[in-house]
Amino acid sequence: MKIAVVGCGKIGTTLLSNLANEGHDIVCIDSDSAVIEEITNIYDVMGVCGNGADSDVLSEAEIKKADLLVSVTDSDELNMLICFIGKSMGAAHTIARIRNPEYNDRSLGFLRQKLQLTDSINPEFIAAREIYNILKFPSAVNIETFSARNFEMIEIKLKPDSQLDGMSILDMRRKYQAKYLVCAVQRGDTAFIPDGRFVLRGGDKIGLTASPAEIQKLLKMLGILQKKARSVLILGASTTAFYLSKLLLAGGNSVKIIEKDHDRCLAFSNRLPGAVVICGDGAEQELLIEEGIESTDAFVSLTGMDEENILISCFAAAQNVPTVITKVNRPELASMAQKLGLDIIISPKKSTGDIITGYARALENSLGSSVETLYKLMDGSVEALEFSVQEDFKYINIPIKEMNLKSNILIAGIIKGRIPIIPSGDDVINANDKVIVLASETRLQNLSDIIM
Amino acid sequence: MNLKMVLYTTARIMQTEALFMLLPLAVSFIYGEYDSAQSFIITILTVFILGFIISRVTHTKNRVIYAKEGFAIVALAWLMMSFFGALPFVISRDIPSYVDAFFETVSGFTTTGASILNDVEAVSKGMLFWRSFTHWIGGMGVLVFVMAVIPNISDRSIHIMRAEMPGPVIGKLLPRAKDTAKILYLIYIVLTAAEILFLLAGGMSLFDSLIHSFGTAGTGGFGIKADSVSSYSPYIQWVITIFMIIFGINFNLFYLILIHRAKTAFKSSEFWWYIGIALSATAVIAFNIRGIYHNFSDTVRNSAFQVASILTTTGFATANFDTWPELSKTVLLLLMFIGGCAGSTAGGLKVSRVVLLFRTVKREINHLLHPRSVSAVRFEGKPADIKTVMSVCVYFVFYMLCFFTILLLLGFEPFSFETNFSATASCFNNVGPGLDGVGPMVSYSGYSPFSKIILSAAMLLGRLEIYPLILAFVPSTWNKR
Repeated sequence: MKIAVVGCGKIGTTLLSNLANEGHDIVCIDSDSAVIEEITNIYDVMGVCGNGADSDVLSEAEIKKADLLVSVTDSDELNMLICFIGKSMGAAHTIARIRNPEYNDRSLGFLRQKLQLTDSINPEFIAAREIYNILKFPSAVNIETFSARNFEMIEIKLKPDSQLDGMSILDMRRKYQAKYLVCAVQRGDTAFIPDGRFVLRGGDKIGLTASPAEIQKLLKMLGILQKKARSVLILGASTTAFYLSKLLLAGGNSVKIIEKDHDRCLAFSNRLPGAVVICGDGAEQELLIEEGIESTDAFVSLTGMDEENILISCFAAAQNVPTVITKVNRPELASMAQKLGLDIIISPKKSTGDIITGYARALENSLGSSVETLYKLMDGSVEALEFSVQEDFKYINIPIKEMNLKSNILIAGIIKGRIPIIPSGDDVINANDKVIVLASETRLQNLSDIIM
Repeated sequence: MNLKMVLYTTARIMQTEALFMLLPLAVSFIYGEYDSAQSFIITILTVFILGFIISRVTHTKNRVIYAKEGFAIVALAWLMMSFFGALPFVISRDIPSYVDAFFETVSGFTTTGASILNDVEAVSKGMLFWRSFTHWIGGMGVLVFVMAVIPNISDRSIHIMRAEMPGPVIGKLLPRAKDTAKILYLIYIVLTAAEILFLLAGGMSLFDSLIHSFGTAGTGGFGIKADSVSSYSPYIQWVITIFMIIFGINFNLFYLILIHRAKTAFKSSEFWWYIGIALSATAVIAFNIRGIYHNFSDTVRNSAFQVASILTTTGFATANFDTWPELSKTVLLLLMFIGGCAGSTAGGLKVSRVVLLFRTVKREINHLLHPRSVSAVRFEGKPADIKTVMSVCVYFVFYMLCFFTILLLLGFEPFSFETNFSATASCFNNVGPGLDGVGPMVSYSGYSPFSKIILSAAMLLGRLEIYPLILAFVPSTWNKR
């Protein structure tokens, strides 16, 4: 597929590297020639230097042949304009990044319709929702939901003294009976799709799929169920913080925000009357203690600086805050932060990249059983995909054990109507089911790709 | 330094070269030349097995290459190709001395066309075919070929492409380097085939058409007759003239025409400068030599052929221009330095660099007159990036430095200054023939082995545009990171 990416900032670069690895033909447009030079040196993509809203620049990028135009420049208005011009010039689909809360209310539908946008994307909101999911369920380090939330994939980190240390997966199933499936394990830098003989160790990160109720049950048995966070302390009045606070306040939590800049504090408190806004430097430990960091249920660090987020989160973890969430944008810093013991890392650009990659894969394969959702798990080495099964799928009504599945593939769940099933070898797939597949080292486009 | 990846890629190049040699092997069999066939078989087996072993030993998962590895791969690959490409000549005793054979092969791969053979017509057909085929391979670049064929050699293969393709700025035609390489080779093959057909239509034999098409396509210039192209019909000389000009044009323009953007293609100012230079040089020379030839058509044809041949750095000849008046010789010598367009198979400084240099000089003079004036050097309708201008200027300095070093090293020879100067200019710019002692009807066999190696180095420096080869000899290139 031919994809044009306008704006090569943090998100644009993640996006084009993901998409180029997927095998798409990428043209990237940026007004800074140094950025274009750097990118064309590292990735196998074509670069065009210029203003993406200039029709000459777009025609140089051959926009009329593009299957997808993604505009992720700094400015919402520019993104909308670029997508509008691109669409008029013949781009088949357009996605604009629109992150200003003012556009992301009721007017969004109107904008999308008038500008003929295929979709709009709001990385800050995606990050906020991801954080919100974790705060609702703080035992997990990551939660992904499939098919309207009745099926979840959670990642939990096993403590060194965990009851599961040294237990094989078969034993675990016998001891803790519930409807779940251990579908991925990350140890150190490598990720596995385990079989029954696989022995778990303390320090592993394991991925479980199950319905939300079953997950609660299992975690209760394991004794690692934490109660939902009630009071949340947020550092930095960023856009993500705004969306998160809004979600939290709507859910009846108490929210406290610490921000250095007085004007931003004022604007924040005007827009979110329910939140407590503190003007002060979050790097001062005195202030954090004064504002009750020791008694808060969760601490979320959302300033614009990765380093600041990591350091202050370390301090919060040392104060025994039960849940500490850190926003880190640069992947190399994210892995360092994990080494420092910060388990829950949120990266807006990664989440956005996943969504658009999944979108591109679905577009590419609009026929047959196409990808509905795509998540990258275990630091990107395992992919979880949700397919909806079409009538023409060849293996309808054949038990899973009789399918000749490729290695490194696992069918992690089947959703029939609204009922999630953890599949055993005797289960069958029917048309209109949703199937959740885990894959490592392979790139699936179509449900038929899982068969040898 | 990802040494394994460098060696791995080089090994793959060697294997590719072995595959290329199958073609001259077939030619040898067709003409019943079993001696040549045997020498090709020996070389093919040696090179292929050696390449196989190296690629096995150095197979690595870490395929990340940076600019440094790109330069190293290109330099090493070209040296290896020339080293092994010379073997058939030595084994078959067509060129008994290894240094001579190496010179001939380098001259082939770098599309120079300078020869040490005194009697070309005595050499076997298989060897002549291989000699000219090296032009064709070297013209577009063997690494570009490998990139087009071998899947996923590396994500960052643009570094290899940039190091091998001539010109100040290398842009991709398509988002993927691999697809760009494919389309370039496709254009190259189609144009070569077109020339073969045109030559066949003129009554040339198939073997001769192949040889001359390879020579023209790579802008090389190895012929199979002692008097180069002079004995062929005027029609054939015109066909070759036009195709030499075509192969000196930036291949991106052909691509633009291919995707129906001919308008953009003809807006290229480099193209018009190139055509303008060719036409005005032809006019000047035609006027200058009007007394030598009896009729108008001979005069124009000879001057156009020589201009096209020298400007595109091909090096065919239809006339002994060494006997022409001084003005004509001087014009031809200057054309050697200009060369073809960037992104073509031609050598030399490249028209775009020359134009940029002159515009920079003009701006500098303007700046001296109006010290507060602010202006950019414009090229192709856009202000040129200051970094591009800088790199072109630095390249020019480096180019001159190399030129005079080579000239100095040739000073040990007992030849006239004109011979040495034109030999240096000719080899460094990948032209082929020079003046006086190395004129179009004379060979380079008079030079000592030492000078032949120096001239071989000059040809490689010229073809790879200096940097890759120089960097390969800088120790810090090979340091571990």
